[in-house]
Amino acid sequence: MADAATAPGGMAAAPGARARAFPTLRQAGGSRAAYALTAPALVLMLLMLIGPLAGVIALSFTDYQLGAPSFAWIGLSNYQEMFADRVFWISLKNTLTYVAVVVPGAVALGLGIALLIQSGTGLRGLYRTIYFLPVMATLIAMAIVWEFMLHPQFGLVNGLLHAAGLQGHSWLQDRATALYALCVIGIWQALGFNMVLFLAGLVSIPKHLYDAAELDGAASAWSRFRLVTWPMLGPVTLFVVVISAIRSFQVFDTVQVLTKGGPSKSSEVLIYTMYAEGFEFFRSGYAAAVTVVFLAFVLSLTLIKSVLGRRDVHYA
Amino acid sequence: MAEIEIRALRKAFDSTEVLKGVDVTIEEGEFISLVGPSGCGKSTLLRIIAGLEPQSSGEILIDRASVDGVRPSARNLAMVFQSYALYPHLSVFDNIAVPLRMKRLSTLERAPLIGQLLPGRRRIERGIRADVERVAEQLEISSLLKRKPGQLSGGQRQRVAVGRAIVRQPRAFLFDEPLSNLDAKLRVHMRAEIAQLHRQLKTTFIYVTHDQAEAMTMSGRIAVMIGGELIQVGTPAAIYDDPHDIRVAEFVGTPKINSFPGKVRGDGRLEVLGHVLQATTPSVAGDCRVCVRPERIEMSATGALSGTVVHLENLGSEAFVHIGSAGMDTPVVARVNDPRQLPALGAAISYGFAPDAVRAFDAGGKRIATSAAPRVDRPREVAVG
Repeated sequence: MADAATAPGGMAAAPGARARAFPTLRQAGGSRAAYALTAPALVLMLLMLIGPLAGVIALSFTDYQLGAPSFAWIGLSNYQEMFADRVFWISLKNTLTYVAVVVPGAVALGLGIALLIQSGTGLRGLYRTIYFLPVMATLIAMAIVWEFMLHPQFGLVNGLLHAAGLQGHSWLQDRATALYALCVIGIWQALGFNMVLFLAGLVSIPKHLYDAAELDGAASAWSRFRLVTWPMLGPVTLFVVVISAIRSFQVFDTVQVLTKGGPSKSSEVLIYTMYAEGFEFFRSGYAAAVTVVFLAFVLSLTLIKSVLGRRDVHYA
Repeated sequence: MAEIEIRALRKAFDSTEVLKGVDVTIEEGEFISLVGPSGCGKSTLLRIIAGLEPQSSGEILIDRASVDGVRPSARNLAMVFQSYALYPHLSVFDNIAVPLRMKRLSTLERAPLIGQLLPGRRRIERGIRADVERVAEQLEISSLLKRKPGQLSGGQRQRVAVGRAIVRQPRAFLFDEPLSNLDAKLRVHMRAEIAQLHRQLKTTFIYVTHDQAEAMTMSGRIAVMIGGELIQVGTPAAIYDDPHDIRVAEFVGTPKINSFPGKVRGDGRLEVLGHVLQATTPSVAGDCRVCVRPERIEMSATGALSGTVVHLENLGSEAFVHIGSAGMDTPVVARVNDPRQLPALGAAISYGFAPDAVRAFDAGGKRIATSAAPRVDRPREVAVG
């Protein structure tokens, strides 16, 4: 969504630039035609993206409650209240922790699995499918499966731990582990997607670079990875990191199904706070303010990606 | 410098046999070209020598030591690839420095950050810098050292690739069609440069190409490879003038050698298109091909063979006349040294060739010996006429 938010500026500039590039007598008519041609896209974008975005930002300056007949402009009061609220800070900290654990985990494991599948000879299709399954499956349904697996008494995880002679744990019911249990599920869910992107990146690395590396003395797999694979995957890695980060910021399904932010707010995350405020306590204005903070994070990630992407992409 | 010996080398991918037993010894300091049409297995042979591909059977010896199972990095050979295979994320300097860094720095010293702190690293880097700059100067790419490969032209990339190969002074250089991505003019120029490089370095060069002109102009010896076999190995002159196989004769030389359907008569004389040649062969009677290079076709009023001019190719310094003859599927090509004296298109002309211009091949494509039939009644020997 943040990608699209930056787009209209670029779109609107295009017809003007064209008109300047071809200064003719029909300039006025030409630019009118250009506007007419971009209009459908522009209108759709206004209706579907910019409009709602402006609406949310406007809403965050009101005391509107869901279903209420009227509202009043209250300026920055929502933000004041939010920044003073301990739950918001816990929620923000939990979200950042979740992102900080899931992104490196899902990126590193996704890359590792992609490298393993790529270097293997047989059953590539099977492994690809297996690791991609979590991406295709409905996360809500999978969350319920995880709930059973993590169940303190008859869950598979504790069962395996017992079999190995280790102590079981109430993973989702303990304040110390609830968020990290969600992180594990997050990694499990995201790594298949990352793996597919990395596989596509690996396939596009020219084979002759590895040949050259071999002859240049890169004898170990690690030195070939450092010399060829890792730098050539740069653009893919950047994309994967940003997409993983944005998706991790959006974590909600598992929280809603498994912990509802608990126990005692230990797994409260931004989107869950927004949902609870907006649809459980009907404080739409306040929820809008939380959303704006969320959007700021996602937008800055997108900006980082586009800045780095421009600088660090190298093609032969 | 190294002597490379290839013994009974075979390579099969699944059920297709790409190399069918290759035997050749490449002398120390020699420039040898592996030439052949696409798909003949020459690149595969080069990759096996480099160690990038294992052979199915046979043996490769470098300096009389078997290198089977030795990793490419340990064979100390350098390779220049058709696509140059430069690392796109590294500058020209770093590209050339890669083999030196791999050789002189340990894994730990190459590591980012930590590597910089290690005591020996600075000193080794200074040595590497000096070597890279020396090579860059030699190849006249000193001004490009800071650029990325993406900012270079094809010819410049080619030089960088050569620089990366020569910087660590390998035992031998392997070139895999290094000029085929360049435009025609640059290709001719780089031909001279690579030949000059060989004279300078005096190292073994193995040069794979499908372009027989490259092989002819640069190498000391040519190995003609067709269908996974080395058909003939010899000097360019020998390959051109004394081909052992009709495939070699047809592959080497542009335009292609003229191939007439012929016959060995019972008395040992050769016969072409119904005309008996002044050439004899000890070979047994039967069908054969009689081949004559375009420059040996003489157009004269006394020529016994005749046809009409179907096409003219004027290259400025020389010209080729394509003569359509009855009984021939393809036109006979004759070279004319003076393009100002070209016959008109469609003109009927006569032509012939001297007996010593004849290269005859039996039905299996193998060369058969020929000699001029003794004739004393004519001062000038014209095979047909």
